[in-house]
Amino acid sequence: MIIKQLSVFVENKPGRLAEITRIIADAGCSLEALSIADTDNFGILRLIVDDYEKAYSALKANNVVASVKDVVSVKVPDVPGGFAGMLTTLSDNGVDVSYTYAFISKSGNDAQVVIRVADNNKTISILTEAGYKL
Amino acid sequence: MAIYNKEIETAERHELEAIQSLALVRMVRKVYENVPLYKKKFDEVGVKPSDIKSVKDLHKLPFTYKSDFQENYPYGLFAEPLSNVVRIHATSGTTGRQTVVGYTKDDMEIWSECVARALTAAGGTKEDVIHISYGYGLFTGGLGAHAGAEKIGATVVPVSTGNTDRQIRLFQDFGSTILCCTPSYALYLGDAVQSKGIKKEDLKLKAGIFGAEPWTEKMRAEIEKRLGLKAYDIYGLSEIMGPGVSFDCECRCGLHVNEDHFIPEIIDPDTGEVLPYGEYGELVFTCISKQALPLVRYRTKDIACLNIEKCECGRTLVRMSKPKGRVDDMMIIRGVNVFPSQIEAVLLTFEDLAPHYLILLDRVNNLDTIEIQVEMSENLFHDEVRQLEALVKEIKRRIESAVGISAKITLVNPNTIPRSEGKAKRVIDNRKFD
Repeated sequence: MIIKQLSVFVENKPGRLAEITRIIADAGCSLEALSIADTDNFGILRLIVDDYEKAYSALKANNVVASVKDVVSVKVPDVPGGFAGMLTTLSDNGVDVSYTYAFISKSGNDAQVVIRVADNNKTISILTEAGYKL
Repeated sequence: MAIYNKEIETAERHELEAIQSLALVRMVRKVYENVPLYKKKFDEVGVKPSDIKSVKDLHKLPFTYKSDFQENYPYGLFAEPLSNVVRIHATSGTTGRQTVVGYTKDDMEIWSECVARALTAAGGTKEDVIHISYGYGLFTGGLGAHAGAEKIGATVVPVSTGNTDRQIRLFQDFGSTILCCTPSYALYLGDAVQSKGIKKEDLKLKAGIFGAEPWTEKMRAEIEKRLGLKAYDIYGLSEIMGPGVSFDCECRCGLHVNEDHFIPEIIDPDTGEVLPYGEYGELVFTCISKQALPLVRYRTKDIACLNIEKCECGRTLVRMSKPKGRVDDMMIIRGVNVFPSQIEAVLLTFEDLAPHYLILLDRVNNLDTIEIQVEMSENLFHDEVRQLEALVKEIKRRIESAVGISAKITLVNPNTIPRSEGKAKRVIDNRKFD
């Protein structure tokens, strides 16, 4: 399914990451998944939170640059090859994955995987047809 | 397009130099005998008026600085008794005392003629309705433009500054054809015209003469677009005379200096050495014809270069480039002269970049380093590293292309670069020069 992801600009300064996660915590939001991409100059923190609107407002109020993106979330069997299988399905169908990260959900035997793709709806139909749960 | 004073404005170089030499010799003797400061300066460098025989000897003379005005406030630099001074003007004086300047009746004539040349070059004639929105008062802008407009016999409307609604109403009611004001105000008027739903085609404005502050070609294009007129530059400073020291012709490829009155030089701001045509350096003027306040080699602190080639318009008066910046602004990074304004111009080409930036200079391993901090904003933010990296790379590339040096670009959080009411401090130079 399509879920909301918060992308946050992280200035390359010590303590910035701690500061950002503290702002979200103080807003009473809970982190469900996260991933960070780092470069020489800056980082981009990607978060799945329980209340993205609350988190986004808190960040903005604290002078943090953030944006909300629609990303695809798919359940993948929590066994060796589970992730690779899903990615193969996507590449066989010409879907490019910009980035991805996974988290273990509290229920069931599946891992939850977040993927960023160009066409969310097309990706969802490809995965559904291949039998994946979203 | 017409030329106000064909004889002078299209004179052969050797004729101009002859006029200059004659006037210079006379002026040097006058200041030595009448202005104590100049007697002191000349004696200090061991120069006597009789040592100056022509313009070729100009370089032997000492410089005059803004501080000379401050130290001789208010009338200490006048070469005429106050009873012969018919007009006083002064600059706003943001730091300390105002700079006071004076004019005799003949000086006022010179001023009128210089501005008349500028107005004529912009197509102005007695048929024009000249709308003057420069401030009238101690500031030289309003009354200077006024004198020139009257000289060409135009219909002068001395509106002065402020009351934008009225300015626009007068454009329509009085049929103003030429506008004189600062370029920022012109932009502002253009905006106001647009927001009132007035079509620029319904206004009779055909030309505008803008000066008193630096402005870019981009601003020129904006002003022309909004007001539907042709925009001309005019340059001057109160110490030298006021507006009219130099002016744009229809080619708008450099401002013609009224060098029968003001001899321009370009010098190296550190050594004082006179630089050849085409090289950038500090603009210096010598007032050879004014009576009340003739200045010897006044250092303007403006950076420009001179072009001696005859212009397409037919004028032989030397052209100066638009001032590129101020001496105090200029940074030298790895031997390259860089102005914050150049960096700003590049950053402005990125639509979503806020106009707040900070330039940090340092020295690492004996090599100058430059870091430009730029604020991140939601409009600029891309979710993917690749896109943000591409932005950083593009900023770096455009800067390198514009100023010739490679800078580190750092994206910082919004609202972290200090703002200021006045001129923002854009450069932090941590280099220690031993």
